[in-house]
Amino acid sequence: MTTDPLEQALRAGATDPTVDLAAALARAEAEGLVDVAYATTDSPVGSLLVAATSTGLVRLAFEGDDEVLEELAVRVGPRVLEAPARLDEVRRELDEYFEGRRDQFELPLDWRLSTGFRKSVLERLYTDVDYGSTVSYLELATMVGNPKASRAVGTAMATNPIPIVVPCHRVLRTGGQLGGYGGGLPAKVKLLNLESGGQSLF
Amino acid sequence: MNLPPFQQLLDVNSADLHRFCVAQAGPHDGPDCFQEAVLSALRAYPDLRDDRNLRGWLFTIAHHKVLDHHRSTTRRPAPVPDVPDRGDVEVPAVEGDLWVAVGHLPEKQRGAVALRYLGDLLYADIGVVLGCSEAAARQNVRAGLVALRQEVTR
Repeated sequence: MTTDPLEQALRAGATDPTVDLAAALARAEAEGLVDVAYATTDSPVGSLLVAATSTGLVRLAFEGDDEVLEELAVRVGPRVLEAPARLDEVRRELDEYFEGRRDQFELPLDWRLSTGFRKSVLERLYTDVDYGSTVSYLELATMVGNPKASRAVGTAMATNPIPIVVPCHRVLRTGGQLGGYGGGLPAKVKLLNLESGGQSLF
Repeated sequence: MNLPPFQQLLDVNSADLHRFCVAQAGPHDGPDCFQEAVLSALRAYPDLRDDRNLRGWLFTIAHHKVLDHHRSTTRRPAPVPDVPDRGDVEVPAVEGDLWVAVGHLPEKQRGAVALRYLGDLLYADIGVVLGCSEAAARQNVRAGLVALRQEVTR
């Protein structure tokens, strides 16, 4: 293999796009060209991906959920961009929650990834099941006026697009067994213990 | 058709795209071309109906931004050489004034050489960007290299 100095020289050298990328992103946001902004944040339950639209927080995902961005591109819009500044409020409230200094989230939510029955269950959970308390699938089903739908409530929990903030970790099996959790049972236990003020209840 | 998240395109292509713009339009205007290309791409992305060659699509947009830049500068009265206000941007390190020499090539050859060596595009994709056949793309790269060799060894 012989190398051609001219070809090598043409390939030589790199420029740094960082500054110009950031500038382009700022302009894109100002023009409303970003469908979904996302960032990652670290927490006691592992690295979390948070994603927001112009309406509010639309998705929170635990580490290892690899298809999240692709899914957002399909279901919300393909202009999915890493824009940490847009998620500062979300990350601040999450930090406060994990430090035990916040028992209610105030950030705006975008519910568009939930529809129908699942959406009404999640909204009810979000507004009516407070920090530190728990309900059973059956109780939650009763709360939305459909006591026979505890299985469907389970599905709603399993497909919750905004876990932690919409507190599906507070939903247990009748009798107090943990049930399942999208982020893994250790994460569910950690969240419940955090909300009980550090006592190990589970 | 499911388009990938735009961030993926940026992760894969932005370094080469930036280098391409800076080498073609210079350290002063290259960054603007790059930003304009990214914004144009974002505006058009949701309506894109063909996801088979996203890299080629991005370079097509950047190439057009660079052409617009060249046309606007040749139409303007010769600018007084100004001090670049962007100390952080450097033209890719070159032997002598290689990219100045590239800048003197005919439009198609200039684009073909830059797309080949900065964008690392396939000849077929260079053809797509320049609006010519794959064979013509090869011919333009070859002719560009011949001209450059004469220029730099002179």
